[in-house]
Amino acid sequence: DCVPQVPSEEKSAQWKDLEAALINRSNAVNDARAALGNAREALDGLKTVIDQSKGLTVAAARPLVLAAEENLHKMVVDLDKVVTKVQAAESEARVVSQYSELVNEAKLQFQREVSSLTPDIQANWKSLTGKLTTDDLNALIAHAHRRIDQLNRELAEQRVREQIHMEAALEQQKLEHHKAVATAVDSALQHMKEEARLEQERKLAEIREVMEAEMRTQLRRQAAAHTDHVQDVLKVQEQELRGEAQQVLSSKLLEQENLYRQLTQEQLDNFTLDMNSAYARLTGMEEAIDSHVVSEEEARKAHRLWLAVEALSHTMSTAEGQSPTKPLEPSAQVVRDSCLDNEFALALAGALPKESLDRGVYSEASLRSRFHSLRPVARRVALIDEAHNSLYQYFLSYLQAALLFESPHQAPPAQLSAQDLDPFKLLSYASFCLEHGDLELAAKLVNQLRGEARRVVEDWLTEVRLTLETRQVISLLSAYANAVGLGTSQAP
Amino acid sequence: MSENELGKKWDRCVADAAVKLGTGLGLGIVFSVLFFKRHTWPISLGSGVGLGMAYANCQNDLRSHYVVRKSEKEA
Repeated sequence: DCVPQVPSEEKSAQWKDLEAALINRSNAVNDARAALGNAREALDGLKTVIDQSKGLTVAAARPLVLAAEENLHKMVVDLDKVVTKVQAAESEARVVSQYSELVNEAKLQFQREVSSLTPDIQANWKSLTGKLTTDDLNALIAHAHRRIDQLNRELAEQRVREQIHMEAALEQQKLEHHKAVATAVDSALQHMKEEARLEQERKLAEIREVMEAEMRTQLRRQAAAHTDHVQDVLKVQEQELRGEAQQVLSSKLLEQENLYRQLTQEQLDNFTLDMNSAYARLTGMEEAIDSHVVSEEEARKAHRLWLAVEALSHTMSTAEGQSPTKPLEPSAQVVRDSCLDNEFALALAGALPKESLDRGVYSEASLRSRFHSLRPVARRVALIDEAHNSLYQYFLSYLQAALLFESPHQAPPAQLSAQDLDPFKLLSYASFCLEHGDLELAAKLVNQLRGEARRVVEDWLTEVRLTLETRQVISLLSAYANAVGLGTSQAP
Repeated sequence: MSENELGKKWDRCVADAAVKLGTGLGLGIVFSVLFFKRHTWPISLGSGVGLGMAYANCQNDLRSHYVVRKSEKEA
């Protein structure tokens, strides 16, 4: 008991501090215990998790697991160290607490004693300096002496028992030391075991990695070898397949080519056939069109010719009174122009007499009236001819004409006999014919006149001849034009 | 126109006859008066000559067509 000698107030303060510290210490110890419990729980939990994860077979987790185990081990080691510290502190504190307990007990004892001695005085005797009587003080001192004696006696006993206590304490100490050493050794052993295990695991993991790497390289090599082999095989197969495919392709191609050639030939033949037929039809059509054109041309020409001939025949009727018709030249020219390739029509058109072209011809009516005017003249010179042409003959002829009466018109017989050649008869026949419009027969009859009568009617006869010729030509042309028109006209 | 020729001839004849007759008559009268002491025979001679000449001319004219001319004969 090495309590330092300090003033009592300070002591009490110190005791108070000590108690406060003790309270704190107990709180801290409780907290530490709670914390220790929590930590152990946490570590146990972690251990279970690690054990669970060890059960997993994921390779990548193994180093993590390993690291976690190492951490756990370290934490356990730290925890144990801390626990030992805490235990050391606790043992120190126990000593202090024992000491403080003893002190407290002593205090209590003292107080009890004091209170038993002086029941009036309370435990807090510092404030009682004025109230204490000498008896109380003497009692107190006597108590104190008695206490001191007691304590001296205890001290002597204690000295005697010191050695035994010391040995017992040493024994206890040894035991405790043994225990502590055992626990320490145990914990150290566990730690070592744990470390060794962890080391083993680490080594295992390393070796596994190395093995894995090697395995991978071997596998890679094998894979490379395999790919090489496969490549070679594939190459060979490729060659074979290529050859096969080439063959198949060439055969198919040949087939297709043949087919194509056949088809094109067929197509060409068909096309040629179609073209030929189309060409034949085309030429047929062209010929038909040409012939159509030609026939139309012919029809047009015929029509033109017919029109020209109609115009020409119309000019025949343009005689006014005693004057002749208009000259037929223009119309004849038109007719000639409209039949340039027609020899027959050209010949006919060229057969028109010149006088009719230049001067025109007389109409039948005018010729008839002229005949009527020249008939008396012819009658009067009926007796005159080459032999008889003196003035006396003229007188006789005039006399005859005055005295001879014949019918003005007399139908001519079919055949003229010798006695019909009498001028008077001829003139009456001709007159009859003219009255009946037969200019031709009249001209023929008048043509039989001889001598001076013939000379008298000469001009009239030429005129009639011209008219008859023109009329004949025009009628021929008209008939021809009609025939041609009929022949070439299209049926509607 | 051939039918008018005769008429024309007759016209010529008559005209010629009138002229010749007149001329003959006139000449006859003249001669009669001048040379033949008013005898009538030159007048009638003259008129007769005139008439005769006219007759001859007329006849020649009328038969002129039938006369074969010397030039034709040669042709």
